Amino acid sequence: MTTLLEVAGVSRNFSGLRAVADVSFRVPEGSIFAVIGPNGAGKTTLFNLIAGMLAPNSGSIAFQGGRIDGLTPDEVCRRGIGRTFQIVRPFPALSVEDNVMVGALLRHADPRQAMRRAHEVLRRLDLFDKRLQEAGSLTLPDRKRLEVARALATEPKLLLLDEVMAGLRPTEIDRIVDILKQLNREGLTILLIEHVMRAVMSIATRVLVLHHGAAIAEGPPADVVREPAVVQSYLGAEAL
Amino acid sequence: MMALLLHDVPRHALVLLGLFLAGLIAAPLLANDYLLTVLIVILYFAYTGIAWNVLMGFAGQLSLGHALYVGLGAYTTAALYVHFGIGPWIGMPVAILISVASGVVIGFLAFRFGVAGVYFAILTIAFAEFARIGFDHFSWVQGSSGLFLPVANRATNDLINLRGKPAMFYYVILALTVVAFVFCHMLLRSRVGYFWQAIREDEVAARSLGINTFRYKMIAIAISSGMTAPAGVFYAFYYNNLFPEQTFFILRSIEIILGPIIGGIGTLFGPVIGAFLITGLAELLEEFLRISGLDIPGVKRVFYGVCLLVVVMILPHGIWPPLARLLRLGKRKDKQDEPGA
Amino acid sequence: MPAEIYLNVAISGLLTGLVYGLMALGLSVIFGVVRVVNFAHGEMMTIAMYLAVALFAQFKLDPLLMMLPLAAVLFAVGYVMQLTLINPFIARPEHSQFMLLLAVAVIIVNGLLIVFGPDAQSVQTSYAFDSFAIGPAIVDATKLYAGAAAIAVAAALFAFFQFAPVGKAIRACADNYTGALVVGLNVHRLYALSFGLGAACVGAAGAIIVLIVDVTPPLGPAYTLLAFVIVITGGLGSMPGALLGGVLIGLTEAMAGLFFTPSAKSMFAFAILVLVLLFRPQGIMGKKLS
Repeated sequence: MTTLLEVAGVSRNFSGLRAVADVSFRVPEGSIFAVIGPNGAGKTTLFNLIAGMLAPNSGSIAFQGGRIDGLTPDEVCRRGIGRTFQIVRPFPALSVEDNVMVGALLRHADPRQAMRRAHEVLRRLDLFDKRLQEAGSLTLPDRKRLEVARALATEPKLLLLDEVMAGLRPTEIDRIVDILKQLNREGLTILLIEHVMRAVMSIATRVLVLHHGAAIAEGPPADVVREPAVVQSYLGAEAL
Repeated sequence: MMALLLHDVPRHALVLLGLFLAGLIAAPLLANDYLLTVLIVILYFAYTGIAWNVLMGFAGQLSLGHALYVGLGAYTTAALYVHFGIGPWIGMPVAILISVASGVVIGFLAFRFGVAGVYFAILTIAFAEFARIGFDHFSWVQGSSGLFLPVANRATNDLINLRGKPAMFYYVILALTVVAFVFCHMLLRSRVGYFWQAIREDEVAARSLGINTFRYKMIAIAISSGMTAPAGVFYAFYYNNLFPEQTFFILRSIEIILGPIIGGIGTLFGPVIGAFLITGLAELLEEFLRISGLDIPGVKRVFYGVCLLVVVMILPHGIWPPLARLLRLGKRKDKQDEPGA
Repeated sequence: MPAEIYLNVAISGLLTGLVYGLMALGLSVIFGVVRVVNFAHGEMMTIAMYLAVALFAQFKLDPLLMMLPLAAVLFAVGYVMQLTLINPFIARPEHSQFMLLLAVAVIIVNGLLIVFGPDAQSVQTSYAFDSFAIGPAIVDATKLYAGAAAIAVAAALFAFFQFAPVGKAIRACADNYTGALVVGLNVHRLYALSFGLGAACVGAAGAIIVLIVDVTPPLGPAYTLLAFVIVITGGLGSMPGALLGGVLIGLTEAMAGLFFTPSAKSMFAFAILVLVLLFRPQGIMGKKLS
């Protein structure tokens, strides 16, 4: 199995605080790779490093064999990495379909083609019926789906999902899990940050656990959640 | 192309637009000289408003120094005409080039160095002021004494040199406005337009979708400044005199933004409606005062300020959006399936 | 040119710069605390200037004596403006706020034009032509008094923010809006107070500066721009920075007037603005922006 994304020895500090400390892992192509850990563990910082919003202080990040650390966010997206944000960032005054259009226009310069592609993506994410609504008026679950749809429209090979399940009801979570599995079967590699363990367990093929910025465990989900270090990080030493 | 531009515009909107345009075309035949002058001023502000709107309404960058581009366009063609006898239409490409060049310089300085929001606005004010003071000392264009074009013979129409009757000027500015309007309609529906709106709404999210925001902001300021230059050309040849103190003055820049703000930033029709409203009402006010025997200079400008205040407080998105909703002029919902189905 | 001329011009510029600094101090308070971009700042100053001129013309009242009353008047104006106009705007998008104050600025400039006319107006006090010899330099009495008054008002303001309980509350507000709410501070009133204080600075500066400068309505926008240049150069959110920036700009203007034509002196302020925005956007004394 080829490695799609390789993170090697990556560290990032903020005025003395080590947000990410010497983290290394590989995301195999075609996998669904979850990053978990308590709040403040450095997960979103890691995403921001991969997506180009921050540059690492040390270490390297490679995508499809080429270095991407130090690239700007738009360059990273053009290489084939899409991302969502933990606090969703829709384009409020634009309609749902126009939001997704913006993503689709990356690979399809002709607006008519881009609109076709946008509609395809909207149908997959169950948003087609709401395509003319203003994005600013959507409910939170719909906004989350819009965020995913928009990133998907850029036709990424790797999709970074930052806590996309947070705030969703169980049925909605199941629906998103189904969609993600389907996308994965069609060839999309997914790297996700999640707190909702039921989703992680049902979907992830590999899990990385971060704590205080460092990687403390990596492997198949069932193994990782049983590791003492992991239990301790979530529940404290008394839990052991 | 026409299909793409018009496919989701409701039929009755097209009818209204057609009637409106027909009315504008017929105006010189129906209106007296005074009304025609007012219409010329209205269309002038509609045009500059449309041009400014590209940078602010579409791309979200607030420029409070657009008088710079008007002034550069005006002075370039006026100087070429006065010193070398070069007609305005030949001088116009030069004027546009110079305007675009300055827009690009300002844009590069600002966008490359992350100058945004209020800082960008202040930067644009500073550059316009810089030009105002600079041109005051620029002897080749007579500096602060003012540049005067040779007295126009208003009896005959000379389109090449833009000398002639008010009706001629009216049709010139009407044509410019229509072209600008159609151009912006095309822009909004193109890739550039979508990317601009994304940048306006959320620049960080836009970058995460692969948009090179620097490049598109530069395109916006280049187009906006380039589109504004012809207004300066018109201004120079219509009024026949230019003073740096007036041409580049900050209140000029504020006049340019009044129409779009009152009409609705980011909409196509906002600047046009806004120009009609604000200039029309201001002229009514002045007429009323004249009739009452009160002649108070500066009242018109106070009126502008009050209108701006009221609109900003009560109708922050301008008058056009609620009006359009009322007249049901939004996109046709039934035609939406065409591209995707 | 003999060296004394440079010295005199420099001192003159420095003293004028102190008054500019006081004006900018007001903007620093307003922007630093209330986070409002006061596009009507210079225009408010011209209100004070015209009032000082009118009071002098009618009642022969020295502008320096009118400094405190005018500061009080402008305080009230600012307080009311914040409460009625601006507070509702805190949650609105940035450009709405600019437009609001821009509208106020336009109304003020043209209102003053209507009331006072376009001609320059000035104040000729009894000591208008006096000067002091301090060492090798010759200093205009008006400028010396102006500079001293500016320092006095600035010092009073610093003391207020440092020692008065209300002053500390305002600083708390500026540092942490939510925290201030949590500990029960009436943030909206404190905002109004801050805007009022910023306006009071402008009132005092306006009263002082009529000793040195003639007033016309277009001076308003020119001073607004100048205030922003100073605050950005000195450092947003830094009160000493505002004074420092003012002095720097005052000096630059004076020296530019000496070496080039006097009417071109503002161009140097703009050159400084552009350089600061590009290379050190946080200004001389501001905190580094993330």
